[in-house]
Amino acid sequence: MNPRLLPYLLILPVTLFLGVFFIYPFVLVSQQAFSTGGGFTLDNFRDVVSYWKFPISFKNTMLLAAIVVPLQLVLSLLMATMVSKMEKGRDLVLYVWTIPLGISDLAAGIIWLAIFEQSGFLNSMMSGLGLIDQPVNFLSYQNPLIIFVAIALAEIWRATAIMLVILVAGIGLIPKEYYEAAEVFGASPWKRFTKITLPMLRPSLQTALVLRVVLAFEVFAVVAALGGTLFPVLMGEIYSYQFDLMNNNAAAALALIVLAISIFFTLIILRVLRVPKGATI
Amino acid sequence: MNLQSNLVGAVAGVVVLCSAAAAQADVMFWSTQARPIEEAQAMRDTVLSGYEGTVDYQPNEDGPWLTRLQAELQAESGSIGVLGALHGNFSAMSADDLVSLDDLGVSAASDTFNELARLGTDKLLYVPWMQASYIMAANKKALEFLPEGADIDALSYDQLIAWAANVHEATGSPKFGFPAGPKGLKHRFFQGYLYPSYTNGVVRTFASDEAVTAWEKFAELWEHTNPASTNFSFLQEQLLSGDAWIVFDHTSRLAQAFNERPDDFVAFPAPAGPTGRGFMPVLAGVAIPKTAPDMEESKALIQYLLKPETQLETLRATSFFPVVEVELPDDLPPAVTAAGDAVAKMSASADANPGLLPAGLGDKGGDFNRVFVDTFERIILARQDIRQVLDDQKGRLAAIMEETGAPCWAPDAPSEGACPVE
Repeated sequence: MNPRLLPYLLILPVTLFLGVFFIYPFVLVSQQAFSTGGGFTLDNFRDVVSYWKFPISFKNTMLLAAIVVPLQLVLSLLMATMVSKMEKGRDLVLYVWTIPLGISDLAAGIIWLAIFEQSGFLNSMMSGLGLIDQPVNFLSYQNPLIIFVAIALAEIWRATAIMLVILVAGIGLIPKEYYEAAEVFGASPWKRFTKITLPMLRPSLQTALVLRVVLAFEVFAVVAALGGTLFPVLMGEIYSYQFDLMNNNAAAALALIVLAISIFFTLIILRVLRVPKGATI
Repeated sequence: MNLQSNLVGAVAGVVVLCSAAAAQADVMFWSTQARPIEEAQAMRDTVLSGYEGTVDYQPNEDGPWLTRLQAELQAESGSIGVLGALHGNFSAMSADDLVSLDDLGVSAASDTFNELARLGTDKLLYVPWMQASYIMAANKKALEFLPEGADIDALSYDQLIAWAANVHEATGSPKFGFPAGPKGLKHRFFQGYLYPSYTNGVVRTFASDEAVTAWEKFAELWEHTNPASTNFSFLQEQLLSGDAWIVFDHTSRLAQAFNERPDDFVAFPAPAGPTGRGFMPVLAGVAIPKTAPDMEESKALIQYLLKPETQLETLRATSFFPVVEVELPDDLPPAVTAAGDAVAKMSASADANPGLLPAGLGDKGGDFNRVFVDTFERIILARQDIRQVLDDQKGRLAAIMEETGAPCWAPDAPSEGACPVE
C-alpha cells in the first residue's frame, strides 16, 4: 500500500463516525432549531428565551460553572503537584482519585442523594451524634443554598479527576532541567510553581479547562438527582422541552444556545491561555 | 487483503444479526404503562402468557417510547406491533400514524372513553385498554386526628386542611404528602380535582376569583405538607416510610403500600369544594402504528387484551381497572379492593363533579400541563402573588387553546370552537 495514503486510511473510520453521528445530527438539529414546520424562523429562540424559567436556569448554570470550575482547577493543580512529587504509591493514589471518573454522573448524583436525603447518611450521622432530634430535610425548596452546595460538592467530587489526569500528564512533560536550574539559583518552591510549572502547563491547562467548562454547561444528571425541578439548569430545560413538551424545535434551539455559550467560553480560554508563537516546551 | 476480509466479516456478522432479529415472529408490545419491574414481569408472566403467539413486552419512559416510535414512523418501517400508552400520549400523535381499529369489534363499555379514543376523528384510533383514577390514602395512625364531625368518605377541602393541621400539630412535622416531584402527577390534581372543586371548570375559570380562592386553600394545605414533597413522585414510598400520613396520588402509585401492609392504610375519596367533589379518570389505550410488521398479529393481540379474563389479569398485574363489563372476583389484591372502593364512593357521592381528560390538545398536552405546574411553582414554591401569576399564566393557556382550537371539556361548559379562558 502507498505509505502516503496510510494516515488517511487510518483516520477514515473516525472521520466517518464523526460525520455520521456528529456532523449529520448537528445539521439536523440546526435545521430543527430554525424552523417550526414552515420556513426559516427565529420563533423557537424567542419562545425558549422568553420563558420565565430561562433566566433562572441560565443564571444557575453559569453560577454553578463559576463556582465549581475554579475550585476544581485549584484542587486538581494541588493534587497533580502532590502526585508528581510522590516517589512511592503514585499509581495507587492516582487510581483512587480517579475512581469517581469511572462512575456515571447520574450514579454520582444518587450517591450524594443518599448522603443528603431526609433518611440519608448525613441525617443518620447527625442524629447518631445527638445534633438533631429528627431528620432534617436538607434538599427542600426552602433551602436553595443547601441544594446548590450539595450539587457543587457532587460535581467537584465527580469531575475534578478529569482535570487531574490531564494536568498530571502535563506536569510529567515539563523537563526536569528547568527545576534544577531554578534550584541552583535558589528559587523557592512557590516561585518554581508559579514561574515554571504554571507557564509550562499552559497547553494542558487549556485542554483541561475547555473540557471542564464545556462539561459544566452540560450539567444535568447530578442536578436532576439532587435538585429535581428545584434547581433548573439549561440542560434540564432542554430535556423537558424534548420529552415533557415533545417540542423538538424548542429543544434544538436551546441546545444551540448552550453550544454557543460553550464555544464562546472555549474561545476565551484558548485566547487567554494561548502559547505564544515560537515558544515551545 | 487482511483489512478487507476483516471488514467483510464484520459486515456479514452485522447482517446476520439483523436478519436474525427480523426473523423472530414476536409481536412487540411497546408500552409506557406497567413500567415498574414487578408490573412488567407480571404483564409478561400472567397477562400475556395466555396469548397464543409470543409477545415481547417492552415498557419504557415516555421520551424513549416516543423517540423510537417516531423513528420507525419516519423510516416507514418498524418492528413495533402494538402500542400501549395513556390517552395523552396518543392525542399527541398524528392521527395518520395510527391504524383505524373500527373493524376489530372491541371497545370500552363507556361511550365517553370510546369517544376520547377517536381523538377527534371519526375513526377509533386506539382501543381503551385500562383505567384508573386518583384517590386519597392515609395511614391509620392519622385517623384519630380527623376533625370533629368529619366523615372520611365525604371530606371537604377545609376538613382536609384541618385534619392535616391536627396531624402536623400532634406529630410536630407536616405529614400531608403531595406528588410534586419531577415525575409526580401534580398537574392532574390541579386540573381534575382542585379546579373543578372550586371553580367548576379548568380552562374557562383558570384565572377567576374562585381560582384565587382555590390556590389560597391549596397554599393553606401546603403549610401542612411535607416540604420534601417536591421530591415525591410515588406516594406509596412515603406512606410506607411514614414520611407522609395523608396523601393524594394515582391509584397504581399507591398500590404497593396497600399490598405490602393492607391493615395499616385506608383509601378514601378526594375532598369536595364549593362546586362539588372534582375527580378525573386515567385512561390507557392500545393502538397499532401504521408501520406494524404484522397487522393481523397486532390486531389479534389487542382483541386478546380486551377479553374479560385478560382484563382481570391486567388488573391484578397493574392495579388498572378493566374498561369492559366484567364481574370483579373476591380474591383481588388489597390495593385493588381499596382503590376500587374509594373510586366507587367518589363517583357515587351526591356532590360528585367528574371531569374529563383534556382532549383536543394534540401535541400541546405537555404545554397545557406545564401551565399548571408553573402556576404551582410560582404561587406555592416561589410565593408570588396569586392574582398576578394567574393573570400572567392565563395568556399562555389562552395561546395553547387558540392554537389547538380544542373545545371545552367537562366540567367546563361546552364551547363553540376553542375553549375560551375567561
